[in-house]
Amino acid sequence: MSSVHDMGGMHGMGPIVAEKNEPVFHHQWEGRVFAMNLAMGAWRKWNLDASRHARELIPPAEYLRMSYYEKWLAALVDLIVKSELVTCDEIESGKPTMDSAKAVPALSADQAMARVATGGPAERNVHVPARFKVGQRVRTRNTHPVGHTRLPRYARGRFGSINCDHGIFVFPDTNAHFLGEKPQHVYSVCFAARELWGAQAGEKDSVYVDVWDDYLEPA
Amino acid sequence: MSPDLPHTHQHEHDHQAVPSDPALRVKALESLLVEKGLVDRATLDALVDAYEHKIGPRNGARVVARAWSDPTYKQRLLNNADAAIAEMGYGGLQGEHMVVVENSAKVHNMVVCTLCSCYPWPVLGLPPVWYKSAPYRSRAVIDPRGVLREFGLELPEDVEVRGWDSTAELRYLVLPERPAGTEEMSEEVLAALVTRDAMVGVAKVSLSKVGSTG
Repeated sequence: MSSVHDMGGMHGMGPIVAEKNEPVFHHQWEGRVFAMNLAMGAWRKWNLDASRHARELIPPAEYLRMSYYEKWLAALVDLIVKSELVTCDEIESGKPTMDSAKAVPALSADQAMARVATGGPAERNVHVPARFKVGQRVRTRNTHPVGHTRLPRYARGRFGSINCDHGIFVFPDTNAHFLGEKPQHVYSVCFAARELWGAQAGEKDSVYVDVWDDYLEPA
Repeated sequence: MSPDLPHTHQHEHDHQAVPSDPALRVKALESLLVEKGLVDRATLDALVDAYEHKIGPRNGARVVARAWSDPTYKQRLLNNADAAIAEMGYGGLQGEHMVVVENSAKVHNMVVCTLCSCYPWPVLGLPPVWYKSAPYRSRAVIDPRGVLREFGLELPEDVEVRGWDSTAELRYLVLPERPAGTEEMSEEVLAALVTRDAMVGVAKVSLSKVGSTG
């Protein structure tokens, strides 16, 4: 979806403010929200792409107003309600409803740390032919899907060349909506900065974008 | 209104004028999830502790220092970053598929995630606020030289700037240039010079920045 999260190339967002000696979490609650997101993911009611999409669904004005972990909180609440782990009434009252089943066992600390150590690879060991070769000139599709996508607006309908083939990965556009993983090649595509931004960009500069096979067509 | 609850926006009713304190809402949510058996408080404690104290940019700095000290390791790191980073004991969540890009006198790489906040957690920890902020995400791709100038780095015209937008599950680590005058330094001393910002590509490593966390 073309919402405000897709902000590459926008103007007017102000100066970059880098904080010296920045703490990992600025408030205790931020760490709890971060950890709850990881721990609740273990119930496998959603996936990484769905959780990104939940944050993109935050209305634009609120997305820009909220701090980072406020967005994570909003998306977590959205995900646990939609996946029926928790009801709206329970969120509002803060108490489990009378007939609420207790889920056991929750992810243990050891299991959580094992998950942190192994991660959740998105690469798939399946055979899918690559439609493009390294060095080939390609064009990204001019596409504006209303659902989740990872092709930024600034890189749609643009010419580039295949820098490398990263392998076969889960496709976010379907996976975020629980429509299957549709594994396919992901390529690093090099775009000349002037192809993206015109003459104002540096002549020698470039932007590399990781692009799924479905986003590309031969040039 | 309750901007934290997207589901409430699908129907019209009187909202509170001011969102309640996130600290209180998070506390209530945690209690609810614990009471429902969906999360274990000890698990949350362990996760917070890991990212506050164990998983951070010192990991990436050790990888960089090793690459500077050992040319064969550097080759392995550039050819197969996952395996080379795993040799140092790092890997896992949000670093499952790593790519290392090398800065030189002619090429400067910088990393962004314009769509959200993708960042190589196992080697850099969780990203700083500026990396996740609208100003950086919007301008890093359209005006990388202006962004670098804001970080105090002015690059000559003849240096090629390569921006890496983390749109997929590949996570990028910049291998900064080794500064002159460090030829005799041990790997440990070198690691102390390497900053987080240099590994994102918004700074160079310099001899005057010892002890800086930026």
